[in-house]
This record gives sequence, structure tokens and C-alpha cells, in this order.
Amino acid sequence: MRQSELKTLSLLAIAFATTVFSCKPKNVSTTTSGDAAEKVYVAPGKYDEFYNFVSGGFSGQMTVYGIPSGRLFKVIPVFSVDPEKGYGYSEETKPMLNTSHGFVPWDDLHHIALSETDGIHDGRWAFANGNNTPRLARVDMKTFRTAEILEIPNSAGNHSSPFITENSEYVIAGTRFAVPMPDTDTDVPINTYKDNFKATISLISVDKESGKMNIAFQILLPGVDFDLARAGKGKSHGWFFVSCYNTERANTLLEVNSAKNDKDFIMAVNWKKAEEYVKAGKGIKKSVNYAHNTYDEHTHSATSVMEKEVIMLDPKDCPDMIYFMPCPKNPHGCDTDPTGEYIVGSGKLAAVIPVFSFTKMLDAIDKKTFEGNYAGIPVLKYDAVLHGEVKKPGLGPLHTEFDANGNAYTSMFVSSEVVKWRVSDLQVLDRVPTYYSVGHLSVPGGPTKKPWGKYLIAYNKITKDRYLPTGPELCQSAQLYDISGDKMKMILDFPTIGEPHYAEAIPADMVSKNSVKFFKIEESKHPYVTMGEKEAKVERKGNEVHVYMTAIRSHLTPDNIEGVKLGDIVYFHVTNLEQDWDVPHGFAIKGANNAELLVMPGETQTLAWKPEKVGVYPIYCTDFCSALHQEMQGYIRISAPNKNVPLQFSTGTNQPKFEEDKF
Amino acid sequence: MIAALVFACNPPATENKSEGGNTNQEAPAGGQEAVQDNDSQKDVVKIAVGSADHSTLVAALKQAELVTVLSNAGPFTVFAPTNDAFNKLPKGTVEDLMKPENKAKLQDILEYHVSVGVFKPEMFSDGQSINQANSKNISLSVKDGKIMVNNQANIVATIPAANGIIHVVDAVLLPPGN
Repeated sequence: MRQSELKTLSLLAIAFATTVFSCKPKNVSTTTSGDAAEKVYVAPGKYDEFYNFVSGGFSGQMTVYGIPSGRLFKVIPVFSVDPEKGYGYSEETKPMLNTSHGFVPWDDLHHIALSETDGIHDGRWAFANGNNTPRLARVDMKTFRTAEILEIPNSAGNHSSPFITENSEYVIAGTRFAVPMPDTDTDVPINTYKDNFKATISLISVDKESGKMNIAFQILLPGVDFDLARAGKGKSHGWFFVSCYNTERANTLLEVNSAKNDKDFIMAVNWKKAEEYVKAGKGIKKSVNYAHNTYDEHTHSATSVMEKEVIMLDPKDCPDMIYFMPCPKNPHGCDTDPTGEYIVGSGKLAAVIPVFSFTKMLDAIDKKTFEGNYAGIPVLKYDAVLHGEVKKPGLGPLHTEFDANGNAYTSMFVSSEVVKWRVSDLQVLDRVPTYYSVGHLSVPGGPTKKPWGKYLIAYNKITKDRYLPTGPELCQSAQLYDISGDKMKMILDFPTIGEPHYAEAIPADMVSKNSVKFFKIEESKHPYVTMGEKEAKVERKGNEVHVYMTAIRSHLTPDNIEGVKLGDIVYFHVTNLEQDWDVPHGFAIKGANNAELLVMPGETQTLAWKPEKVGVYPIYCTDFCSALHQEMQGYIRISAPNKNVPLQFSTGTNQPKFEEDKF
Repeated sequence: MIAALVFACNPPATENKSEGGNTNQEAPAGGQEAVQDNDSQKDVVKIAVGSADHSTLVAALKQAELVTVLSNAGPFTVFAPTNDAFNKLPKGTVEDLMKPENKAKLQDILEYHVSVGVFKPEMFSDGQSINQANSKNISLSVKDGKIMVNNQANIVATIPAANGIIHVVDAVLLPPGN
């Protein structure tokens, strides 16, 4: 009976689906406004208004786009190797990807946090999280390079990260996966989750001058999944708000088992209180092992140091530090408005968007308006902390951004739309479709005290038919909306790489004016720098051969090298002697089980090469640098170990011995 | 089938959507229902559209502007009442729900038939409660392999879809309070 019915339905589906969906309603004229082209057109040679720093998702990288044009300017390698730039391949950059698990060449970069001063973008650093092997990165916005990567111990799935406080005091790193803590028995059955698995959040301090990160302290928490977070601002400065799901503490089929509770939580963390507890010595020193990698602009080299200790606070010993606010149905986004008064929780499966009031929260804490506790942590009464609910906003609310006029913009994954609503009275004002299934949103300055507004960018999860097809794997799609008027207007569709999650946008002049053009060669502290062609040399140290090589338009020095033997390891330390904007030189050698080097002007980078066969190997510049770029080439000869070839190197002098006889 | 044939050409629209742009004559679809793809496995909407037994449901989904939602990534479990199930409602009920002024009520009822998540029959247990897209719960009973929803609707067939699963039910589920 069932079988036959199923068959009938399937057949009908096949028969009719084609007819039914044959007419396509959407096209440019029906989905965008008539002046869209004018609004997004940035004339040749002109600049965009905003930089958009976009997470590259499973590419592990950060991308930089111009808004409103949607043009891609740069892929900044962060957590993944990038052979194009030699990142993770050069000797100088390999330590950036060191972890307590050894060299990890990939990660999943989800969220961006731009540094702030007084709650406003200051254009100094872009922080990003590594979701898989828990890490936090800091990108220097002067060089658009990864300056630091800090591994997070006692963590798994660093998803609830790297949200930032209003003076960049702290960046948060919360665990998605609870795990058995390393100082307990970690070899336990998975179904003992409730007893043995714990979650943590880490507060990472940021040095005001250098930006250098340090794990200030961690907080040990019950084994829920932390999802997203925001720092308070203005009146709520001093607090972090963190969304939690899986308060059921399920360890399998979370699709069903973590959706059982009517409400999960937004966790409120009083980090100023936590600071006091740390100062008062309430923290316990935990023995751990994690990598702290920094890239030095002067040595053009990264170093990796293994750190051994963190301070852990336990809420049991630290009253009034942590509270839970009930939030319907697996909250995902957790966003604070520009005033710092309102905290928006977005339950993925909820039919409303609850908006919490910071003032009411403080009042409820003061009056101990608790409905109970969860693992010993007070749970505030929902009605006591609620500003109100946005009713029937759409389905699947995920993330909320804000403009400067008291409006909020929430992405709706399930119903594939952006909904604009007013924070004061929670009225829905407008809605626009996205193509398709929107995840994060970005309004320039949207998470700060001073949203720059004007545009909203929707980062979608599904692309399907938006562009010319490219086989099963498609790029991701983003949509740009003009939000300067009452109604949102879609004005551009543009492709993105990896899977963009969160992004931030900042006025272009806050960043462009600081952008470094080249590195001053006389300031280089690289141990293998070659300050000029006359200093170029080749040195043997046992079986290591160090080539001090220079590159300048249009030759390598030396470009003829002989006397290297099979069994040697050759280190090409290539210094780009140019002191001119946008003249990198590349370096590659035939057969290297590695990548190229891409060396910026004034910089030194090193390629290690272990020749496997006797012979003569070509080397050349890979980045088209000049009219004679194609002439920028040379050779290195590899001889058998027993062949007595003296070590020699030169450029321009290694001529045939009997040249006249030959012609 | 007539209702079904019409809706792809007239995608769901709301008043404020249509004000989105200067040249907007017709509001755009926000979902994947307009993607031209006859090769992939069918989603829950396409399967419902293809079923002669579900023309009332399909017409109602269109009226309630849920076609876009259910054509998207999901994943969904849809409890899909047959035409006969709708016919079991008191006379005039369906006609009444299809009136524009009752759209919110219709949405509420239809969202009560949708769970976000894939529930296969073997995942149902006796006494289980599942939260639906309208935020109200349904309850399941499983007795001698027979699955009932809200002690009222039998699951008479189950069809896997690209973006979820459809359980065909022989009664319309009414949210508590209706």
C-alpha cells in the first residue's frame, strides 16, 4: 500500500515538475532597482568607499573586497598554506602554522573582528578565528598580513570567536565542542558526555600598542555548545554575551537531540568581575601546551613558542560572574545594538526574535529574579530580562546587524531573506529576499557604537543558478543592498571564495592611508639578508648550503651556482633589493617539493630544497617584474658526492672558456 | 493541479517586497523554487506539486507564501495532509483559510505541519514531542509500528526529498489554541 502510493507520488513528481517550474520569474529588472548600476559602479581608476574584510570559511583565509563594487582585492593567507605567496612553504612562514599538534596547514576561518577604540573602528587589526584546531589570528591592516596566531588550549571548535570589546581589551574564544579537559582522564566513553565533558571560554588580551595577544584567563563551564558572542558596549561595556545551544548536552544526532529544550541560553559574562577574581588569585593555574606564533616585520620571520600555562576560573569560586538568560530554540546569533542596551538572540528554530534589555538584566540580577540554576549557574527569568520579541519575523533567524538610525537587520536562513526591524518597538519595517539561504550579514560598522551604514551585504550559503555554472562546485554568492532609504534595495550580486561567514566593513580611508608600500632594506633584521649584490654569496656549513641571493630587475645574484652535492640541503635566502611599490620578485626551482617564494621589496624569504638527482636545475623569477622578466633566470648544478666540484657562484662572469674557438 | 501549475509563474510576494525597487513590476522570488533544475532530486515542494493528492496543500502553501521557504535548504520534515484530509475539515474551512485576511492563520496552521530537521519514521518514539516551525509542539504515538500525530493523523506514506522528508498524513493538524 505504502509502496504503491510512494511510487505513484514519485511518478507524478517526475511528470509534472518540469511543466510547473518552467517559467522563471526573476531577472535583473524584477530583482534590482533601476539605478543599481550607477550605485555600484566604481569607475576605472577610482576607489571603493569601504574595505570589506570577509572570512574565507573552509578556505582558511581572509579575503578583502571593495564595497560597493564587490571587487576582490586580496586573499590574505591566515590558517591555510598559500603556495601563491609561499605562505606556509617558506622557512620564515612555516612557524605560523605550528600548533601543539605539529604543523597544521589548514583551518576553517569563520569570523572577523576589527579592532576598536572607544567602540569605533580604529583600522589597526583584523582578528579571525580558526574553528577546527582552535586558534586565533591577528592580521595587521598596514601590511594585510597575518602577524600572529595563538592556539587556544582547553578548547575544541573555536566557533564563538573572535568578538572584541570596545577598546580591544579582549577578544573572546568560546568552545563549540565540549571535551574532556586535558587535566582529567580524557580517554572516556563518549556517552559519558554529561559527566566528563566541559566547555570553556577564553579571554585573550590585546596589547594596546603592539596588538600582541595573550590568554588572560579561561572560564570553565558546563558542556554546552557556545555558538556566537558579542561584547557589551557603552553601558554594557564590561560584559560579554555568548549564545549557547545543546543545553541538552547531547553527544549524538544533535539535529534532533539538541533541539528538545524550548529554551537554551544567552550567557552573560561580567568580565570586569572576572578580572577582579584573577587579580584576587581565584584562578587556578592549569598546565597546558599551546603554540604562540608571531611574525616579526623586521626579521621578516615567524617564531613559534610553546606556552605551558593558563589561569582558569571556575564559576563555583566566582559568584556574580556568569548568568544565563533563557533564549528560545538553539540560539545562533547574539548581537548587541550600538547603544549597548539591547542584546538580540536569534534562535535558529524559533518563531520570534527575543531582544533582551541590559538594564532589565542588571535589575533582575540585583533582585535575584532567577528561575533556577543550570549546573550551578543562575538562570534569570525570561520575562524579567526581555525587552520584547520581534513577532513573526520570518523563519530561521541567524544574525543581526545595526544601522545608526535605530534599525536592526536580521538574516533569515530558512526563509532566505533579510528582515529590517526597529529596535525600539520591534516592528518589522521591510524584508528582502536573498539568493539563497543567507548566513551572516555585514553593515559597515554594524557591530560597533558607530555604524557607518549605507550598505548591507548578505553572505549566502547556496548559489545554484546565480552565475554561469561551473560544475558541481560553485562559488558562494553575496548580495549588496542599499539601506540608505526606508526600503532595502538589492544593487549587486558578487561571488566570494571559501564559504564566507562573518565579515566587517570599514571606511576605506581609515585603512588605505596606512598601507605599507615596501619594506626598507636598511631596516631589515633578517639573519640571512643580503644588503646588496656585492654581498651575495654561497656558504657551505656541513651538508647545508646557504645561498645569499638578491633579486632586482632583471637578474638573480648569483645566477650560476656549482659545487652543490647530492645529499646537501640548499637554502635559497632571496632578498628583493627593490625599494619600489608593487615590484615583488618570485623565486622557483625545478622539482622542488614545495612552492614558490613571493618576496616583497626589501624582504628576504627562504626556500629549502633537497635535490634528489644529479644534474643542472633552472631557477627563475615567477612574478612578471619587468621587460626582461623572462631573462631573469639561472642554474644550479648538483654533482655526485664523490665528484670534486668546488663551490662557486657568480652572475655574468661564468663564460665559456674557449669562446672564440667555438664560433 | 491547476493551482500548482500557476504558482511558479507568480511567486510569493508581500506588499513591502514589491516596493523594493523603482522598476519592480513583480516581486521577486527569494527562494530556490525558480531554479531551473530537472536533474536533481526533488525538494518537498516539487514532490507535493507532483502529487495529485496534494493539490489543496500546494494551493494553501502558495497562499501562505511558504513555497519559497520549503524550496530552500531546510532540512524539513513536512507532514503533508492529502486532499481527503482537507475535505474532512468542516465545510467551508479551507475556503475561509484561503481568504487574504486569514493568511496569518493559514501560515500558522501550515507551519504547524513543518519541522526544521529530518525525522525518519524510525526516529519517532511513543510520547515524543516535536517543536514545529510555528513554535508549537506536535506529539507522536507509536503503537504496533503505527505512527500517529496528535492522536489524530496517521502517517500513510513517507517520501524522501532533496531537502528533507515528507510524511503523508490523513488529517490536518490544528495547532493548540485554534
